[in-house]
Amino acid sequence: MATTYRTCPRTGLQFDLDADKLMRWNAVAGVLWLLVGGITALLVILTRWPAIKLLPADQFYLILTAHGIDMLILWIIFFEMAVLYFASSTLLRCRLATPKLAWVQFWLMVVGGIMTNVAIFQGESSVMFTSYVPMQAAPHFYLGIILFAVGALIGCGVFFGTLVVAKREKTYVGSIPLVTFGAMTAAIIAVFTIASGAAILIPTFLWSVGILKEIDAQLYRMVWWALGHSSQQINVSAHVAIWYLIAAVAFGAKPLSEKVSRFAFLLYILFLQLASAHHLLSDPGMSAEWKVLNTSYFMYFAVLASMIHGFTVPGAIEAAQRKKGLTNGLFEWLRKAPWGNPVFSGMFISLVGFGFIGGISGVVLGTEQINMLMHNTFYVPGHFHATVVVGTTLAFMSITYLLVPTLFRREMLFPKLCQIQPYLYGLSMIVLSLVMMGAGTLGVSRRHWDMAFSGAPFQYEWPGSAYLMMGLTGIFGVIAVIGGGLWIGLVVLSLLFGKKLDGGTTSDKPTPIPDQSAAASASHSGSEEHVGVPGTVVLAITLLVCFVLYYFVNWKYLSEVWGLS
Amino acid sequence: MSAILPPSERLWWKQPIAGQEWAWIGIAFVWAMIMFVMMIYWHINGKQNLSNEVYKTTTEMFTAKTEAFVKENTIRTETDQQIPVAKPNAKGEAFLLARLWSWYPILELEAGKTYKIHLSAVDYNHGFSLQPTNINIQVIPGYEHVVKMTPTKAGTYAIVCNEYCGIGHHTMLGRIYVK
Repeated sequence: MATTYRTCPRTGLQFDLDADKLMRWNAVAGVLWLLVGGITALLVILTRWPAIKLLPADQFYLILTAHGIDMLILWIIFFEMAVLYFASSTLLRCRLATPKLAWVQFWLMVVGGIMTNVAIFQGESSVMFTSYVPMQAAPHFYLGIILFAVGALIGCGVFFGTLVVAKREKTYVGSIPLVTFGAMTAAIIAVFTIASGAAILIPTFLWSVGILKEIDAQLYRMVWWALGHSSQQINVSAHVAIWYLIAAVAFGAKPLSEKVSRFAFLLYILFLQLASAHHLLSDPGMSAEWKVLNTSYFMYFAVLASMIHGFTVPGAIEAAQRKKGLTNGLFEWLRKAPWGNPVFSGMFISLVGFGFIGGISGVVLGTEQINMLMHNTFYVPGHFHATVVVGTTLAFMSITYLLVPTLFRREMLFPKLCQIQPYLYGLSMIVLSLVMMGAGTLGVSRRHWDMAFSGAPFQYEWPGSAYLMMGLTGIFGVIAVIGGGLWIGLVVLSLLFGKKLDGGTTSDKPTPIPDQSAAASASHSGSEEHVGVPGTVVLAITLLVCFVLYYFVNWKYLSEVWGLS
Repeated sequence: MSAILPPSERLWWKQPIAGQEWAWIGIAFVWAMIMFVMMIYWHINGKQNLSNEVYKTTTEMFTAKTEAFVKENTIRTETDQQIPVAKPNAKGEAFLLARLWSWYPILELEAGKTYKIHLSAVDYNHGFSLQPTNINIQVIPGYEHVVKMTPTKAGTYAIVCNEYCGIGHHTMLGRIYVK
């Protein structure tokens, strides 16, 4: 098992060169898919903008299918593979288990991704990301996703293998770091997700080639969403881990309590996968009891977990800042945070946007009865652009500002542009999510080519405010595409032309993580280290107040519609 | 020392949790329970709950039932396509069929009266999106969903299809009159 390790002179991180190369290739593949996803995003936005309506209907649905697959699956999961290898091999300072198999992961995902995209762009597979049966795509549409998923499963296996290697070769003492624990949560949820995906996509593939006769449309929806929603829960775990990672790197922040943060991740493992139900609340096939129990992640235990992370991440930053002496008032720690550093600013916008916009709207949308106000409206993509884009994508973007110098050994070009990019992208995406939700609250449908219903036997005129919201969606969508494009441009140009940086010394043996617990063991309880975090308390209470108000406003809306029983 | 290193306290699970953290966990837990109970409360006291009455059906069965309903209850036809307008009888049973790309038939209801509307799709998934009141229900082939509805206000309502169902999706507009 000959491999070489290098120690980054700037961060002290130690990279196994096999893992180093795999991380770079996976991240670059992710960025290229983000580029495809971004171009399709622009076309989608310009078509849904009522004043422009760029594409004809058939092309719109084709492009929308590609946008969903390329963003939600290809970009994010490629990047997550890099995150998994980083959180295992790099943070535990050990060799990557079975690098050859990891290359199988990479190439399977490449082949699968291209295959599915070929199917989509051939035009016979405009079935949307969800591909609800009995609408049928070409067989290689499903086969591509299956190959991609097998690749991702291998990647998770390599991750678990690496944890075992690190334990056995004793490269660390005690428990794995919190960030690795979060990545492990993501990997465990990924295994569940991919198993569900196999359970539905393999039969669907067999049906598309004529071996199976029929797939029940309701059953498909239930099992498919165990893939579709759970894969977003992989993202949540991964980006929460990255929040902790950035807090640790940018501030030296230590978790307020290892126990609390790890327990919150454990709640994710236990309850997040019930979320398949969120998509079935207005379906005929499930009973109300099933819906109530599942949509609430048993009893909102996964929401509880997210609320805990929402407290402990800024809390860890506040505690670290206060220890440095920024103790004036409630918010000096936050005011004097490095807002000009895109690693931090992106992470903080991701945290606030995910919590306030994505989190609150998600819980309201996932309330059994309230769902009827929003099911399949434009509210739904509004919600998940706040979670998956502001939450996950922006977190991945901000960590990249750190990875380019450390992992790719290049200096970022145009530092001024790097500084504004997270604001441009994050803030426009937050406004975009809000106006999309506004349009959805007024009833506007998602996945719909024409608000004016041209060719329909009757007319229905949406309220003027709905057109206003869709116009704003267009404007802020275009700004967000520019912000995303700027990031891709900055990263690609820096990788190609940025100043080369020293990779650091190499050795053929890993240097284990020094045992830091020895000095601070038994006698030291740690409690005297606790610093109060009043600013975080105020932020958390603000979140709760918004949450409670918005939640009950929606019950009020619901009470005003037709009686249903 | 930090989240990217192993916990400095080997026995981290024995470390005490600070008061502020406990307080927030407590508040969040209580809020979670309130939200959970709220859904159950609404089943008991709320007036908007989605019906659990569902039957397995087939394209042929549901088409036949809808045709029988239309034949018995049509009061007039509308538009060039002669779309029948059906007014449910005193029992208040009505059928609404979703297909590529129309809602069939048009229904005429009375405000304040409760109807049992049988909803199903005969080809793909469709989405029942009643506007402008904004009620959205998934319509799935093979499942006959009996939804009890009580219109509150007179007017002309549109049924937008909000589940993607192919190239003509945007032309799939239905109508409900409430007198």
